[in-house]
Amino acid sequence: MSVLVVVEPDEGGDGLSVVSQETLTFARQLPGDGVSAVLVDAVGEPDDSVLTHCREHGVDALYVTDDERLQRYAALAWARVVGAAAEASGAAYLIAGGTARGNEILAHAAAVLEAPMATNVVSIAQPEPLEVERQVAGGAVLERVALTGEPAIASVAGHALAPEPAQAPGQARVERVTAELADADRAAQVVRLEEREGGDTSALTGANVVVGAGRGVGGAEQFADVEALAARLGGAVGVSRVVTSLGWRPHHEQVGQTGSRIAPDLYLACGISGAIQHWAGCSSSKTIIAVNTDAEAPMVTKARYAVIGDMHEVIPAVLEELG
Amino acid sequence: MSTSSLPARCDVLVIGAGIVGNSLVHHLAELGWTDIVQIDKGPLPNPGGSTGHASNFIFPVDHSREITDLTLDSMRQYEEMGVLTTSGGIEVARTEERMEELRRRMSSAKAWGIEARLVTPEEVAEMVPFLDPGVIVGGFYTPSVGVVDSLRAGTIMRERAQDKGVLTTVPNVEVTGMTVTEGRISAVQTDKGDIEAPVVVIACGVWSPRLARMAGAHIPLTPAVHQMISVGPCEPLAEKPGEISFPIIRDMDTFCYERQHGSDMEVGSYAHRPILHEPDDIPSIAQAKLSPTEMPFTEDDFDPQLEQALELMPELLGDERAEIRYAINGLLSLTPDGAPVLGETPEVKGLWSCAAVWIKEGPGVGRAVAEWMTHGIPEIDLGHSDIARFYPHQRTREHVRARTSEAFNKTYGIVHPGEQWSSSRPVRKSPMHESQKALGAEFFEAVGWERPHWYASNEPLLEEFGEAVMPREHEWDARWWSPIINAEHLALRARGGIVDLTAFAIFDIVGPAALDAVQRVVVAQADVAVGRVIYTPVLDEKGGFRSDLTVMRLAHDRFRVVTGGAHGMVDAKWFADHLPEGASLVDLTSAYTTIGVWGPRAGDVLGALTDDDLAPESFRFGTCRLIEVGELSVLASRISYVGEFGWELYAPIETGAALWDRLIEAGREHGVVPVGIGVYTATGRIEKGYRAYGAELDSERTLEETGMQRAKVKDADFIGKDAILAQADEAPQAVLCALTVDDHTSASGMKRYMLGGEPILTRAGEPLTDGHGHHPYVTSAASAPSLGKHVLMAFLPPDRAEVGTELAVSYMEELYPVTVAGVDATPLLDPDNLRVKNRYDEIEEAAAR
Amino acid sequence: MTDVLVCVKRVPDTSGEVVLTADGDAVDGRYAGWTMSAHEECAVEIAAGVAGDSGGSVTVLTLGDEDSVEQLRAALAVGAGEAVRIDARADDYGPADVAGAIAEVARAREAAGQGFGLILVGNDAADTGDHQVGIRLAHLLGRPVVAGAQEVTAADDRLEVRVGTASGTEVYDVPMPAVLTVLEGGVEPRYPNISGRMKAKKAQIEVVEPGVAPQGSGRLGLRVLPPPESNVEVLGEGAAAAPSLVAVLREIGVVR
Repeated sequence: MSVLVVVEPDEGGDGLSVVSQETLTFARQLPGDGVSAVLVDAVGEPDDSVLTHCREHGVDALYVTDDERLQRYAALAWARVVGAAAEASGAAYLIAGGTARGNEILAHAAAVLEAPMATNVVSIAQPEPLEVERQVAGGAVLERVALTGEPAIASVAGHALAPEPAQAPGQARVERVTAELADADRAAQVVRLEEREGGDTSALTGANVVVGAGRGVGGAEQFADVEALAARLGGAVGVSRVVTSLGWRPHHEQVGQTGSRIAPDLYLACGISGAIQHWAGCSSSKTIIAVNTDAEAPMVTKARYAVIGDMHEVIPAVLEELG
Repeated sequence: MSTSSLPARCDVLVIGAGIVGNSLVHHLAELGWTDIVQIDKGPLPNPGGSTGHASNFIFPVDHSREITDLTLDSMRQYEEMGVLTTSGGIEVARTEERMEELRRRMSSAKAWGIEARLVTPEEVAEMVPFLDPGVIVGGFYTPSVGVVDSLRAGTIMRERAQDKGVLTTVPNVEVTGMTVTEGRISAVQTDKGDIEAPVVVIACGVWSPRLARMAGAHIPLTPAVHQMISVGPCEPLAEKPGEISFPIIRDMDTFCYERQHGSDMEVGSYAHRPILHEPDDIPSIAQAKLSPTEMPFTEDDFDPQLEQALELMPELLGDERAEIRYAINGLLSLTPDGAPVLGETPEVKGLWSCAAVWIKEGPGVGRAVAEWMTHGIPEIDLGHSDIARFYPHQRTREHVRARTSEAFNKTYGIVHPGEQWSSSRPVRKSPMHESQKALGAEFFEAVGWERPHWYASNEPLLEEFGEAVMPREHEWDARWWSPIINAEHLALRARGGIVDLTAFAIFDIVGPAALDAVQRVVVAQADVAVGRVIYTPVLDEKGGFRSDLTVMRLAHDRFRVVTGGAHGMVDAKWFADHLPEGASLVDLTSAYTTIGVWGPRAGDVLGALTDDDLAPESFRFGTCRLIEVGELSVLASRISYVGEFGWELYAPIETGAALWDRLIEAGREHGVVPVGIGVYTATGRIEKGYRAYGAELDSERTLEETGMQRAKVKDADFIGKDAILAQADEAPQAVLCALTVDDHTSASGMKRYMLGGEPILTRAGEPLTDGHGHHPYVTSAASAPSLGKHVLMAFLPPDRAEVGTELAVSYMEELYPVTVAGVDATPLLDPDNLRVKNRYDEIEEAAAR
Repeated sequence: MTDVLVCVKRVPDTSGEVVLTADGDAVDGRYAGWTMSAHEECAVEIAAGVAGDSGGSVTVLTLGDEDSVEQLRAALAVGAGEAVRIDARADDYGPADVAGAIAEVARAREAAGQGFGLILVGNDAADTGDHQVGIRLAHLLGRPVVAGAQEVTAADDRLEVRVGTASGTEVYDVPMPAVLTVLEGGVEPRYPNISGRMKAKKAQIEVVEPGVAPQGSGRLGLRVLPPPESNVEVLGEGAAAAPSLVAVLREIGVVR
């Protein structure tokens, strides 16, 4: 009855990703007797920082692979690794973070096991038989589902809960697993990576401060003050879906249901009405300040602080105030 | 100012910040109101109602004068605010039938003095090069058609009132309830607190019924879908600068319009199935995808229109690069009779409705209703839009739903002036309905009542009267008409007729102050002996007509008012609004039926049924009394709207059928037949020069102009007295005249008969203008079978109001010669009123000589 | 020549506040309307591009009731040439069921010699967000699958697939036949034009029975999260509020 958690390394090399830590926090609430983890998207001996996080989060065993063929990402191959770890750990629960990688690898694992899977889970409604609540319709609605299957497979919605260390640290014993990999398992494998010039979404998802911009900006040429404020605050620019739909900004800056989910210390939402899809991506921010001409805009009513007015008047004044 | 906190009280609260609410606050401020609060549940400047997605174009010509006047006033206001762009507009016809309708449009354009002309397909293509002229047979071009920025106009009007310091506008406030104290509005509850207000106006468009219900009132309208798509970018449009540079096209036969909007072409439709919503089911601002009144587009409903639009503009709309980027099921307000719903609600004092108004009428309606609220009367007569016009059944959801469903596809339809509704019938049936059905009655509907317009049982009369029934050759002229009407008319004049008048509205004014109550409302002397019947105009403060009706004094403290069904409820409200302490109004409309018996043999028919003395010397004209018709107690009133000797008989509704049957039976031996309303409301009265409220009489007309001035004005005070005393010293600006058509022959050789609404021109076809700047048009048209003439009524410039003046009437774009035959109330038939006096023998003698 | 199958789902538009049906067991589209997921609009665009470049065909498929024809026609209006509707109540089908039903159609076409070189589905449906149908489908058909595809080019029976990540773009090179799950952001879906819409209106829709018995999604119920009680503190209006705003920035420690 153990729980196996699929964990990913932090993009910046600092241990596990935040979402993985959240997922471990969630996994400990399951009625399993012990949590182990399998590290994906990283080959070979794990960093000390990874092991530190694993111990903090009560991970008894961390399964890793040394298979060099996985240096380039291949989802199905990683699912084989996860499968091998599940078998080795005798997992009754197989849990991953609700990231692109997490959902993808888990879906492959579920397909291989022909078992059901629930995505975007936020809470356990009933441990036995297992029922969970998950976000649907862009996060506005919670669906209660029965999660049957051996093992029970679920991904945890990003930023649905805050990561917290376990009361009793785990051993974080490193265990090697070897998966049998057929060529077909790597038929879909990354062949090359093209770095993006000056546009790293990790800057967005990892930023402490995000300055958000919506339709209220008015046009593609009017982002100068938004960018200046983001730079001044050492943060990133995030935009609403309408802004990318209108072609004003690239999609990788989009925050929301079909974009990135963020959880910065400050989200300063300028000229964003706050449709549900957008809220799904930014609601985990610690503090939200809205700048909007409409005092009744959902972004304003949901924010902690608000300034009513034209963002193009407010932002320059803030920049001036900051000096 | 615009704030986020709601004041605790105000003089007037306007709910709604669409084109109507904004216009209203502006005009109230202009008229001197100093403490106005305006709220809307949405944000400014676009709170999410119908104004926000309106197509914003204005075609000024409508067959209704009231709507046209409001539209023209609105265009002047939009122009003054600098938000009107004139583009011109063309209604195009794909069929000859539609071309005929466009010729009829020309009549209305000329009558209302709006420049317009018919154009050939080639001329259309010259103005709109991307339109395929091969698809159309012609068009009706109005150069003054334009588009407006209704949101900008709203902001300007709001700001003008705010600049005066008399208006506080609070957006994002939702009304949750209303308090009515002793029949009067006193406060409104909102999600931002309560506000006390003695006057509250509901200007909430599609939401209005929901708000009215909070106070126990009714605003009978329904939100309905009008579909619209925007296609673009279109190259020929993008090449031209600005929002609009080509005339707007109304493709009348497909019920669609094509309106340029920058580089896009908007295609709107009234062709799809009626899609009605309930006000309670309109999404909130938060629930809506775009705005609450921009509902999800239902593609299947629009598909046929795409094909038709493509036919008309194949290259422009067929361009692969022109994409459908915006498509909505836009909500707008429809009412059961198509007219706006304006005025103080009859249920709640101080609660006003200003709803079901289109962009083209918005500013004009705002001004008119503001005048009404301030002075008690608007400059433009709003008789057809008065909220008080509705009977209870007309306020029901089912009636609204049925009639709006039926009317929706007539938005661009060819609607005959006599056209009858097929839905929501029958609702009100007279007690003799079954007997009438057996007689082959052709029922027309009037405010819910099924009224026989003529009887098939009278078909044999056609043979009796031959060509004197003035048959009509053209299908349009003869639609909703029968020569039997004229045959019944001749039978009534020759022997007599029995007319069902159940549709009358009847109410009693009772109490110790009853005399005072009546005296202060009516022009005629009401302080008459018990048993007298008076016919009297009812005027407003400026001496314009509110109504004309009859009043019977039944007792020292009881007066019975009898008035036309169509505006009966408006009249009842007018009396009720002016009741002094000690008088009250009792509506008896559903308690009594009325049957008219008139003609040379009327005395014989009624005499056979009663022992009471009916002799003209003892039962005098203008008196009433209870008589016994067998075991039936009947109130007989000796008056006539057809100019014959006889009575109106009032009987409790449950004895109506028995009275009717006995009259029909007694009439048989005298050749007295049932006669339809076709005679009563048209042929009978036009020969006698009797005016009709709503046609000749409205608030823009005076006693002087209608030839109804009094020899003596009574001493007692009454509404309009000062005005008529002043008018007596002034020469009238227009004079109501009767004209006869000299020759009916059209160019095709077919004889044509005008139906009303046509312009009166000089013989050469030049326009005429009266002292008000109005152009004369036909207010009533009907056969005058006893004269062998087709008679028209029209207000002419005083210098043309002379018997024998030769003029012309334009009908379907052809001129027909007419001659002025009467210039005052003198009847064309029987000018000495011998018939009414039962002096038929003198008429016969004269005929013999 | 690549023949493409693109799978779409009729979902309630959730641009506005979400409302449930009267019985509370589904999200209702009565106010905001119904649509296909944004990812699927991009999938249709990619399908049209891949098929168009190679002279192949685009077939759009949905699993749904009669109302879902609206979404099929929407795809037909912007590049799909044929449409198949698996006649079923979508809510009765879990992601594994849907994958099974699509696989049945794909196999039947294959058997008839009309196989699809490329099958596209959305990354996840806007309503259920399962992230599974494409991957399960690939397993059932024994095909490679790339999730999150944003740009796709086909050449010589191989696909170059581009997937955006935090730091850049991952490029895949996969052999056909293949399955891709498409993520919004790489292509701009076109709007229909009038001739497209008219073509869509006239197109025949093939209706097939589902080839699987559904196991369901395990749904027990839905609840709408109540909107959080607003505790917003308005710092002021316009530029005048800048000092108060900066004070808050200092207070929460994002500037010193």
